[in-house]
Amino acid sequence: MQTVSLENSVAMIPNGASLMIGGFMAVGTPERLMDEIVRQNKRDLTVIANDTAMPGKGIGKLVAAKMLRKAIVSHIGLNPETQRQMMAGELEVQLVPQGTLIERIRAGGFGLGGILTQTGVGTPVQDGKQVVKVDGKAFLVETALRADFALVLAFVADYLGNLGYALTARNFNPVIAMAADTVIVSAQNIVPVGVISPDHVMTPAPVVDYLVTNS
Amino acid sequence: MESQIIIARRIARELKSGMLVNLGIGIPTLVANYLPEGLHIFFQSENGLIGTGPPPEEGMGHPMLTDAGGRPVTALPGACTFDSAMSFGLIRGGHLDLTVLGGLQVDQHGYLANWVIPKKMVPGMGGAMDLVSGAKRVIVAMQHSAKGAAKIVKKCTLPITAMRPVDLLVTELAVIGFPGGQATLLETGPGASASQVVAATEAELVIPDHVPEMALGHA
Repeated sequence: MQTVSLENSVAMIPNGASLMIGGFMAVGTPERLMDEIVRQNKRDLTVIANDTAMPGKGIGKLVAAKMLRKAIVSHIGLNPETQRQMMAGELEVQLVPQGTLIERIRAGGFGLGGILTQTGVGTPVQDGKQVVKVDGKAFLVETALRADFALVLAFVADYLGNLGYALTARNFNPVIAMAADTVIVSAQNIVPVGVISPDHVMTPAPVVDYLVTNS
Repeated sequence: MESQIIIARRIARELKSGMLVNLGIGIPTLVANYLPEGLHIFFQSENGLIGTGPPPEEGMGHPMLTDAGGRPVTALPGACTFDSAMSFGLIRGGHLDLTVLGGLQVDQHGYLANWVIPKKMVPGMGGAMDLVSGAKRVIVAMQHSAKGAAKIVKKCTLPITAMRPVDLLVTELAVIGFPGGQATLLETGPGASASQVVAATEAELVIPDHVPEMALGHA
């Protein structure tokens, strides 16, 4: 793990990159990374996340600044701008059932090619997908997802990069931290090694590439 | 009484002590207001919480403690938090005793449509498909009809949420079950007759000889 300034962390992200971003309706989203992406005017991004939040919050900031080419998410209902861009053909949106989305990401981070799930069988989600039978039940083959970068919000990070999360801000964060080539963490508290007890480390340090320093 | 409250109070009677329950947004959320004192339910929010409590007092909210709609909540004693993979493992893996969800349409075989109106309302399915596919019991809470248009239909015209039929449908006019895959009137709403229910329902309803009026949970 290396430390990096906020500016340099975002400077690593090229236009056209794919980003997994933590958060659920912006709770657990690294806001200062969102603000810095907007400031550096990144373009043509693919975002993989639970949702596109709402205008002015979290991923909603990237949507409003028209930085996304594609969004792979489970919900856009609270962001009218995402819906407008989708209807206008400016933004490609792939809607994925939430449990399937997180499990595809988990598969990507755990070295699996995909997962089998009953969710979506017989619905439009099945279109174009392989169906397999296990013990007489139909399952969809849902392929693994990975990204170039994971942008993670931790509640606490130690100097080595061990991470802990708070309350409902955990959501996608520890799962995306396993599923991207480069993992960038913004932590609300940076603490000495040992402050987080081994039993309370939720993401082990070796998977973290960069910890954004306090400004 | 407002129809939403009738629905919520009737569904409240389906919750039993010790159950793990997930309530959707809208009428389903109201169900928690009508439980008898002392009944212990584990409420799950799919954003990663078991032990979801009522909204906090003014000024006592935490920005990182919200329900699945992003609204501030409290955590009851014994609450626990987890990531989204765990949350949906609970939902799909046979651990969730009951989910209560809103509906756009339910058809006479119990299939639910509640996630999209193509070209009009495309919010995304969120967790709805996993909840209907995976929960041990699925109850739909919805108004019986929408501005005069039937919502309980012969066959859903909107895309369905799952191939798994729901277990119970509660409206302000009726409680409908699906024994043998056929919509069956189990109870009528306060002051409603079976013939009123039939007149307001497009789906073919099986009407047993005796249909009691619904009893409501705790006011």
